[in-house]
Amino acid sequence: MIPLSHWLILGALLFSIGVVGIFLNRKNVIILLMAIEILLLAVNINFVAFSRYLGNLQGQIFVFFVLTVAAAEAAIGLAILVVYFRNRRSINVEDIDDLRG
Amino acid sequence: MMLTTTILFYVFSAILLVSALLVITARNPVYSALYLVLAFFNAAALFLLLGAEFLGLILILVYVGAVMVLFLFVVMMLDINLERLKEGFLRYLPLGLAIAIVGVLEMVAVFWTAPIGRVPAPGPIPANADNTRALGELLYTHYLYPFEIAAVILLVAIIAAIALTLRRRPDTKSQAVGKQVAVAVRERLRMVDLRGPKP
Repeated sequence: MIPLSHWLILGALLFSIGVVGIFLNRKNVIILLMAIEILLLAVNINFVAFSRYLGNLQGQIFVFFVLTVAAAEAAIGLAILVVYFRNRRSINVEDIDDLRG
Repeated sequence: MMLTTTILFYVFSAILLVSALLVITARNPVYSALYLVLAFFNAAALFLLLGAEFLGLILILVYVGAVMVLFLFVVMMLDINLERLKEGFLRYLPLGLAIAIVGVLEMVAVFWTAPIGRVPAPGPIPANADNTRALGELLYTHYLYPFEIAAVILLVAIIAAIALTLRRRPDTKSQAVGKQVAVAVRERLRMVDLRGPKP
């Protein structure tokens, strides 16, 4: 049987790929959203692995809620993106400085 | 059987990591979305290996079927200037790689040494195990209120997405049904006396 540490290392590798994705694609909001999905997937893999190895179903319940919130977040994020593109003809993060922050 | 599971774990994990890397490095966002679909399929297979059949299938149905299709829809609908979006890709590569390597080394060190990594492996999943039933029994009893709140979150997401993207264009022609129904005869029909003056 695969030791639990291998699952956790898989989650760690996937999580860092997501973090690198946020660093590399800081201009493109769509890829940023996809990198967030990768981060959440890494967390979910950890939750399910813990749920199996500790014999506790609550980890899977938590993954269920994470999936729900992630789907809602993706829908609202893409809606904001569409509205922004409709107004400005661009999705570059550099152009999103209307508040002069 | 054990050996098969181990081999499958490493195969699926390798494909998952490679496709995740391709998601963040692909030139075209459409390719990124398709690689993310591949990553979700492999993650679903890993969930199945862990005995979480319900979540594995939900991952395929909801993520591949709905969320990724939404991503692809938006990517293809927007006419994006790809060259500008790739600026600074190489400039931030060293910083990102450094942070990722430090993070991975720290986490791997913890997982190798901490007692949580040496949790004894559970026995094989019994043939009559019913993951969906077990999840449902927990979800509809102990987690009923969180479950309802999740439903409300989805409802808010629906309304927010529609309200954000709905646009009212004043120059489009459309029927005003209320006005049509409330119309009276004298607003439409004018009686004209055609008999003319008497000779």
